[in-house]
Amino acid sequence: MSATSGTAGAAGTAVTAGTAPRRRASLARLGRLLAPVLLGVAVLVAWQALVVGADLPPYLLPSPTAIAEQLREVVPLVWSAALATGANVLVGLLVGAATAVLAAVVAARSRMVDGLLSPTAAAVSVMPIVALAPALNTLFGTTSTTPRRLVVAVVVFAPVFVTTLRGLRQVQPVHRDLMRAYAATGAQTTRTVTIPGALPYLFTGLRIASSTGVIAAVVAEYFGGLQNGLGSRITSAAANSAYARAWAFVLGAIVLGLVFYLATAAVERVVARRHGTVPDVT
Amino acid sequence: MSDARTALDEQDAPAPVAVPASTVTAVPDGPAGPATAVDVRGVSKVFTTKAGTVTALDDVHLRIAAGEFVSLIGPSGCGKSTLLRLVADLDEPSSGEIEVFGRSPRVAREAQDYGIAFQQAGLLPWRTVAANVELPLELHGVGRRERAARAADLLALVGLTDFARHFPHQLSGGMQQRVAIARSLAERPSLLLMDEPFGALDEMTRERMQTELVRLCAETGAAVVFVTHSIPEAVFLSQRVVVMSPRPGRITQVVPVDLARTAERTDDLREDAAFFAAVTAVREALHGGTPATARGVDVR
Amino acid sequence: MSSAPAPAGAVRSSARRAARSAGWAAAAVVLLVVLWEVVKAVVPDTGWHVGEASVLPRTDDVAMPHVWDVVTRLGQPETSAAGAPTVLGAMLQAGWFTLRVAAAGWVLGVVGGGLAAVLMARWRVAESALLPWVVLSQTVPLVALAPLVVGWGGRIEIGAFAWQKWMSVALIASYLAFFPVAVGMLKGLQSPTTAQVELFRAQAASWGRTLVSLRLPASVPYLLPALRLAAATAVVGAIVAEVSTGTRGGVGRLVIAYAQAASGDPAKPWAAILAAAVLGLVAAGLVTLLGLGLGRYRHAEVS
Repeated sequence: MSATSGTAGAAGTAVTAGTAPRRRASLARLGRLLAPVLLGVAVLVAWQALVVGADLPPYLLPSPTAIAEQLREVVPLVWSAALATGANVLVGLLVGAATAVLAAVVAARSRMVDGLLSPTAAAVSVMPIVALAPALNTLFGTTSTTPRRLVVAVVVFAPVFVTTLRGLRQVQPVHRDLMRAYAATGAQTTRTVTIPGALPYLFTGLRIASSTGVIAAVVAEYFGGLQNGLGSRITSAAANSAYARAWAFVLGAIVLGLVFYLATAAVERVVARRHGTVPDVT
Repeated sequence: MSDARTALDEQDAPAPVAVPASTVTAVPDGPAGPATAVDVRGVSKVFTTKAGTVTALDDVHLRIAAGEFVSLIGPSGCGKSTLLRLVADLDEPSSGEIEVFGRSPRVAREAQDYGIAFQQAGLLPWRTVAANVELPLELHGVGRRERAARAADLLALVGLTDFARHFPHQLSGGMQQRVAIARSLAERPSLLLMDEPFGALDEMTRERMQTELVRLCAETGAAVVFVTHSIPEAVFLSQRVVVMSPRPGRITQVVPVDLARTAERTDDLREDAAFFAAVTAVREALHGGTPATARGVDVR
Repeated sequence: MSSAPAPAGAVRSSARRAARSAGWAAAAVVLLVVLWEVVKAVVPDTGWHVGEASVLPRTDDVAMPHVWDVVTRLGQPETSAAGAPTVLGAMLQAGWFTLRVAAAGWVLGVVGGGLAAVLMARWRVAESALLPWVVLSQTVPLVALAPLVVGWGGRIEIGAFAWQKWMSVALIASYLAFFPVAVGMLKGLQSPTTAQVELFRAQAASWGRTLVSLRLPASVPYLLPALRLAAATAVVGAIVAEVSTGTRGGVGRLVIAYAQAASGDPAKPWAAILAAAVLGLVAAGLVTLLGLGLGRYRHAEVS
């Protein structure tokens, strides 16, 4: 880093004074973008060198090139498995989020519902929900996708419920006074202030939930049931000692997670920009 | 608690006669005529908190004429904002009566007799500037075209025509507050309630906004109840400055400001000897130093 | 909001709030039990299908045993073998095992995450290089790697040190605990205001001094929720890892083994789920206890 700033400084003396800081700033921005890429490449190279140099057996760690090779071979399989798991995530996410929003709307109005649901959501968020998977397989049948979708829905419920409820509650006192001064009806206040104010929170909750949802969908497959998704493929490849292939499926799972994350994050950004607020929800 | 009323009566005599309608009656009781915008009679407000009860207002009497500009000034906790909120029917008095244009505050609120602005602009961040100004009209079922025309007029009035399609976060604090004031004027109210609307602005912006507010009030002819912390602001804007003291919140004195007609007040006035005299009068009233006050005011 | 030390009244009111919350939680459990029995009574034994998809569960006694059957089952021996512990005993034993493994992983993850956060707070380069990866890895199912760490059990030996299966489990748990701690703590370390940082700078305080006296105390409100989240993910990681590594003795094994016994012993799978749920609550509760002593640092706690 010191080398880069040194060059920028030297260039600064050569060109006019006005462009020097700008150039330095853009160099800094480039550095910020480049740093993670460089780190990623460095890790990959070190990984490859370690595996080849130390002659590590594949069960310990296959090399990146071996994984890439396997990936090329099984791409159609990864694709179909990702579609199966992705469908589970999508359905679970929609069902869980819709239920959570509905519950939050009711909880915002009723102390009793809030009292019942808020501790439940808090408890659910720290419970290992995937443990439900085998029992759900018994309930709905091992050939059904319902158990996995249900696991995703339950996992998604907690964060969406909590953030949406917070959004519905965060009406600023000044806005409440204003609506009262306008003699606005309850429905008008809900429509003009409460719901638009809560939307960014809902989508932030959805973004958080999408990641945990993908994780839940993949992991739920480790607990038996249908053998068509990424999780099942990873376990069966690992069981057959095809470690590089298992890693290829892991890569598919990572891409699936990214797709859901980027999609929900994009929607969140659009909503937050339109609404001029970014809720601070970690 | 007769001293406040006495002070009121004493100070009522030399009330300015800038606007013909603003004849300030010296009779604190009795039916309020049509020329009265706000009539507060023996109002008290007690809040119950965990720590016990707090008397925010104690036996307050105040009458404000139609078209009159009155400021409420006093240290924190003197109940000036509470009084404004009672007039706006955002809170209810513990005892006593309030009338707004001869009706109860609740009826006046439901009939949209007043416009209101707070220290926070309170704009809805997801609505454009124009849509924010239209909000009260929209809530009361005014048609789209009429709304747009009214919003355009109001934005021209506050000098923000070019920003109609902007969003609040793209505006400076002073511009946001101007939008809030435009919004408070949307229903052509004959009473404006303003709770430290310039409190969060820097001094330069603040003075410009004050000059603008004077002009707006002259154009609309509305009565104004203006809560503030600032002595020069109160003096510059008002025909009467109501001085309050805390624990319990009471009116200690009403200082008439005998300056030019409100409509003719310009920035030059800020350097006028009469202006300084009025500032001194209010300051002394706040510190309880004038012989006019019956008792000392605790200002810490 | 006030910066004054919490008076006795505030402590009492927060205790009252906790009690009320617990009351509601108990009511929620009762409601859940009632709902369970109602579904069992109303929905047909074969469940309900819309086209291919099963929408409502099978409700016969094998799939959905009565709540009281599950409760009675807890007190009975696990197997018919002589000297077998009760199901409850087995649950406690498994829970204790998994809790210890998860705790080992949690400690490892918290130490690693904390160090990474300090590193990122110290050097901007470290932050720009590491943070995107940390954030990224929170969004992707890295626990998918679990079956791949299985192979390590009994195959790595470095001198007297032999890699045990439970270490794979703890490693995966620590891996999951690492990320929330790194992100939460970094946020906390960066939370002091410019005025506070400049105050330290004006006193010519060293970076280390600023870290100890300002940044670390300021990070507590961010750290505690992160630690709780880390505890929850460590438990999930441990259970999933137990399942995919086939580690015996823990809750993960219990979940699988009891599910396989479902047809002959329908109450068992639900007992295992109960064990897993309670384990999550206990882990989060223990971390919450940790936070009790840090009251004065917790003014602006975020969740």
